[in-house]
Amino acid sequence: MDIFLQQIINGIVLGSVYALVALGYTMVYGILGLINFAHGEVVMIGAMVALAVINALSGTALPGPVIVLLGLMVAMPTCMALGYGIERIAYRPLRHAPRLAALITAIGVSIVLQNSAMIIWGRQYITFPPLLPSKPHFVAGAAISDLQIFIVLLAALIMVGLLFLVHRTRLGRAMRATAQNAEVAGLMGVNINTIISITFIVGSALAAVAGLMVSGYYGLAHYYMGFSLGLKAFTAAVLGGIGNLGGAMLGGLLLGIIESLGAGYIGQLTGGFLGSNYQDVFAFFVLILVLVFRPSGLLGERIAERA
Amino acid sequence: MSRWEKLKRNPRAAWAAFILIAVLLAVLPFLADTLLSRSWVRIIDFVLLYIILALGLNIVVGFAGLLDLGYVAFFAVGAYLYALLASPHFGIHLPFWALLPLGAGVTCIFGVLLGAPTLRLRGDYLAIVTLGFGEIIRIFLNNLNAPINITNGPQGVNKIDPVSFGGFSLNQSHQLFDINFPSVHNYYYLFLALTILVIFISMRLQDSRIGRAWVAVREDEVAAKAMGINTRNIKLLAFAMGASFGGVGGGLFAGFQGFISPESFTLIESIMILCMVVLGGMGNIAGVVLGVVLLVVLPEALRYIGPFEQALFGRVIVDPADLRMLIFGLALILVMLFRPAGLLPSTIRKREFEAEDEVEAQNGARA
Repeated sequence: MDIFLQQIINGIVLGSVYALVALGYTMVYGILGLINFAHGEVVMIGAMVALAVINALSGTALPGPVIVLLGLMVAMPTCMALGYGIERIAYRPLRHAPRLAALITAIGVSIVLQNSAMIIWGRQYITFPPLLPSKPHFVAGAAISDLQIFIVLLAALIMVGLLFLVHRTRLGRAMRATAQNAEVAGLMGVNINTIISITFIVGSALAAVAGLMVSGYYGLAHYYMGFSLGLKAFTAAVLGGIGNLGGAMLGGLLLGIIESLGAGYIGQLTGGFLGSNYQDVFAFFVLILVLVFRPSGLLGERIAERA
Repeated sequence: MSRWEKLKRNPRAAWAAFILIAVLLAVLPFLADTLLSRSWVRIIDFVLLYIILALGLNIVVGFAGLLDLGYVAFFAVGAYLYALLASPHFGIHLPFWALLPLGAGVTCIFGVLLGAPTLRLRGDYLAIVTLGFGEIIRIFLNNLNAPINITNGPQGVNKIDPVSFGGFSLNQSHQLFDINFPSVHNYYYLFLALTILVIFISMRLQDSRIGRAWVAVREDEVAAKAMGINTRNIKLLAFAMGASFGGVGGGLFAGFQGFISPESFTLIESIMILCMVVLGGMGNIAGVVLGVVLLVVLPEALRYIGPFEQALFGRVIVDPADLRMLIFGLALILVMLFRPAGLLPSTIRKREFEAEDEVEAQNGARA
């Protein structure tokens, strides 16, 4: 039982990070109908910038949490600028071009970001200095650290903030209008270009937070980390129903839990034939099952009929 | 009248051009060998290999309009099939002539198996599911070394038998009329023959009943169905054909390299092949060939950045190997920004884009 509980806790922590990244995908998809393939790399850049600041300050007398906060303070504007730039350069000129063209530029942006990070920070893993308290608490036989609690709480707080932004503010209303029909929204006086830029900026800010979380959680960052993280987050977004904010959150949490339960139990289930190194397979199996049996995702309403 | 059409109506000029190209292709490895270096012959071999793969993907993406991001899975299946049945790993050594059709057949079945559950999906959703399949196959290849060692895991399979016909191994140099044919040259001629075959099949398919059915499905699936096209079978056929091209390419790759590991079959590889198809011009065979040549040769040519940096700054500031992928990414972005339909768009597609603009303008007016 304690192993089960432990896996659920790990799954929730991991799932909240997936959810934050998935929100970035789902917001952009909702408004532009475009898979922002470069989003995972924005997460990576966020982690790298934050770690660079944190490692530079870790020798000073500042307390640990303050250093981490400073890292985030630098990483977030960097990612926001990056998100804005990506949209301006790679997506806006192609808004009316065939969708595959935008997909290719997105891939191009990913390659550029990944290799820039490799040139700047090198190929080695960058470690997260032990600045944060990691004393575990024990709940019913399962361990949970302060850091894990903090990650889940912060993710929850951000998501509530985002829901408020989208559903209760003027800006959010403009975003929803643009997602429904950009042209009509434009006629109603919404500045579509600004709204799309803001969507990218907000998504990238979330990506910076997620990047810092994931590097703090695993204690590592690497120029290649954005790829698989992005892929899983996208899976989460599709699982929940892409274009749907609540769906992205639900999908992220579910995917995190499925992954850690799967990795924890696959050995027992298959009599030791398959091991926990198949962890990554679960995400894709779930994705395929969802898309085949319920293509609109768990909370999605309609299937996008775009060819 | 374009120059191409003029050429078509002038049989003598057409024959002259044809013979010129044939002679050029025949002596190309020797030219590259003497003018550049032996490694460039290898690069040309890879260009041919990728043409086979890209034309396979072009059937799925370009002709039938099914966006497949997991194409490398078929490449991997073909390569592993060849590697496992012609290497000391299992001690099986089947001959090449048996493996090539076997590879095509098995990957064809894989194509149908992976295609069947995705028939209802379109566009991005299809892309993501195929991407998932590609990753699943790679993860299995990476991990199926325990408890029963099937794929040898991340270490991959090595000492794969070279391609040989009877006792004639392509891995040794051969003398013919006092000309020395080294191994890479032998593979060049094999790959060239198969590439020409694949180009021929693609061209014949394009204008056939099946090819027109694919275009119909791509343009409007519902309308195609109403016209009596069995859309399910026709889509499965596209997957199967594309997959078998990939399988043949995989077998050739395994025999040519002598070593394969799951590293060669990552998502990036799928994306590369897709970029080749899209960059050159989807659905247009000449465009696809151009895309492949550019995307294989460009990263290699960018190796010469090192000496250039040396000359410009007096020292190598950034490792050229790191820089060339960066430039590659930038090139992808720039080409798409300035030619979103590809460098050589097919005439039908081009017409579609123009028509789409009109429709959009009308819709805009209506809205």
